[in-house]
Amino acid sequence: MAVYSPKPAKEPPLLERGPIAWVRHNLLSSPFNIVFTILGIAILYMIIPPFVKWAILDAHFVGSSKADCGGDGACWIFVREKLNMFFFGFYPHAELWRPKTVIAVILALGAFAKFVPGLHRLKLALIVAYPVFAYLLLHGGHFGLPLVETSKWGGLLLTLVIATVGIVLSFPLGILLALGRQSKLPIIKSLSVFYIEFVRGVPLITVLFMASVVLPLFFPEGINFDKLVRALIGITLFEAAYVAENIRSGFQAIPKGQYEAADALGLGYWQKMALVILPQAIKVTIPNLVGTFISLFKDTSLVMIIGLFDLLAMVTVTANDRDWLGMDTEGYVFVAFVFWIFTFSMSMVSKRLEKKLNTDKGN
Amino acid sequence: MPAFLRNEKIRGILYQIITITLFVGFLFYIAQNTAHNIEQRGIKTGFAFLHATAGFDITESPIPFTPQSTHWDVFKVGLLNTLIVSFWGIVLSSLIGLLIGVWRLSGNWLINRIAAAYIETFRNIPVLLQILFWYNVVLATLPAARHSINFFDAVFINNRGFFMPELVFGPGSWLIGAALFMAVVAIYLLSRWAKKRQEETGEQFPVFVTGLVLLVLLPLLAYLVAGRPVTAVYPELHGFNFRGGKTFTPEFLALLFALSIYTATFIGEAIRSGIEAVPKGQKEAATSLGLSPMQQLRLVVLPQAVRIAIPSIINQYLNLIKNSSLAAAIGYPELVTIFAGTSLNQTGQALEILLITMLTYLLISLIVSLILNWFNAKMKIKER
Repeated sequence: MAVYSPKPAKEPPLLERGPIAWVRHNLLSSPFNIVFTILGIAILYMIIPPFVKWAILDAHFVGSSKADCGGDGACWIFVREKLNMFFFGFYPHAELWRPKTVIAVILALGAFAKFVPGLHRLKLALIVAYPVFAYLLLHGGHFGLPLVETSKWGGLLLTLVIATVGIVLSFPLGILLALGRQSKLPIIKSLSVFYIEFVRGVPLITVLFMASVVLPLFFPEGINFDKLVRALIGITLFEAAYVAENIRSGFQAIPKGQYEAADALGLGYWQKMALVILPQAIKVTIPNLVGTFISLFKDTSLVMIIGLFDLLAMVTVTANDRDWLGMDTEGYVFVAFVFWIFTFSMSMVSKRLEKKLNTDKGN
Repeated sequence: MPAFLRNEKIRGILYQIITITLFVGFLFYIAQNTAHNIEQRGIKTGFAFLHATAGFDITESPIPFTPQSTHWDVFKVGLLNTLIVSFWGIVLSSLIGLLIGVWRLSGNWLINRIAAAYIETFRNIPVLLQILFWYNVVLATLPAARHSINFFDAVFINNRGFFMPELVFGPGSWLIGAALFMAVVAIYLLSRWAKKRQEETGEQFPVFVTGLVLLVLLPLLAYLVAGRPVTAVYPELHGFNFRGGKTFTPEFLALLFALSIYTATFIGEAIRSGIEAVPKGQKEAATSLGLSPMQQLRLVVLPQAVRIAIPSIINQYLNLIKNSSLAAAIGYPELVTIFAGTSLNQTGQALEILLITMLTYLLISLIVSLILNWFNAKMKIKER
């Protein structure tokens, strides 16, 4: 009796499998597509080889002065020599261990929070204690630490301080404003609406001018705000309006039944908001919130216009050094890269969070 | 707790009384301190300074301006320059954004990736950094005037800006404008007629081609009839710089390029998400109706995508207008640079000047959001 033995299926034709098929479908599927591919190659050819030549092949990495850089390539020696300036501004050289410790501690805390399970109380306490610790260590003036005034803070350190304080303070303020806007009480509602719409209608730079020039007039003589504090007030008040709008959009996604269920359980207003509505609203709006925080991070660069020396301002400062004149290009490229790393990783985190918090679909 | 405090209504009123008391008290406290501080420092108050002589010159001004002009003139010049750079920024960013958005949707892997790389690069770098980069690096390293990059002896590019021929409209030019207007009206009437005819008989009429021909032919005819009234003035090198023609300063260009390239990333994303938000079934339904890919895009996909994309694009335009205030960092003479900058330093009346500046931006925002609301109302799906 003949035994039926199935033959293996024929492989698809050569042109329809593997990388060849991929190229045919994605790059050469039609005459129009072929033109596009050629255009794409032309664009890449115009951008990548010159940049690689400038940034790597012709660049100078070894040496310690401008004299070691010649020709057309980038002078990364400049960035290396000025790295402390870019990262810490005018922070005294002997005290640099302090900002470094602050950064090391936050990294350690982050790792601790991520990899050690449980201990939520301890983690919360550490997170609350950290800003105090960071401020005491950076500012000094106690415990035998020499005082380092905030005018000496600069570079990436200042950018991170402004961004962190801005995010941490504008968040609760934004929640309050959003609650105010949702409120049934007409006076509270109209005050919140007025504030949010006013702030969102003006550029940040005018708010910063207001904070740096007009704010001191508002308070009695003798109360003197530090320049950094004024910038922080301006940025916080500005971003709070945007956070409020994000949270409001979250509120709108909450079905009415949630409010009614909370009411039926006999929860008061604050309990209802804090335990039922806000957790859901914030979860829905996390992508928007991260978007706002990314803008806030980018917006911190505006403080250079009111005379603070953040990361971006350090380019002008370092490139005006008599030994390193004309190094703006390297400075800007480096600073752009640092900003990019931060903002890009924030947007990646947002995408991950979005997936993780999406409890509706399967896991 | 007394019984009346458990009444929600009474509690609401109580909360509001507390809020308003605190708020008014705070305002009063601030006003008192401010009045005191202003008196102590000898700062003038009121808006009389608007009629005082400014005493400084402005490098580029669309209206006549001399150091004898008033601070009110400074305000007007600043506002006009803000509007000019915003207008061109909106035009340029829309063009780049459209290109990037379409590329981002392309089936061609390479072009798709290039558009994605463009978006991820420029969206994640602060726009102020981009402005400074254009101003201090790109435009500053262009050749000097004598060694300008020369296009057909008409357009010159050097480190003092871009120099282009300027059109001068002689007498009789109004004919061309009138012809243009007539062409637009004719196209409008034509498209209405063509639509009606198609609905009644099913016959189609090539409106697009006819319209294009009308749009070119009518003004051209008027130009010839009026005796060629439009001439061009070419920029010429005199000593160290160019004269004549239209000049775009490096400040203007740096601001324009940076704002456009930055805003285009958001516009491109808005276009992409708008088109991707149209359900796949719509396209399949259109295909099964026998519509060509171009017809599908024009008649089915775009009308639905526009509803989603346009509101966020208009918001980006508003952001661009607000971001134009960053010109303060490079000295393009717009509202914040000269009015909230130079005028403020000269008069010291920070409170008044910043208030005027903020209210101006607020007004612009208000107008843009009115346009947005009008658009949303118009585009709303009409349900029966």
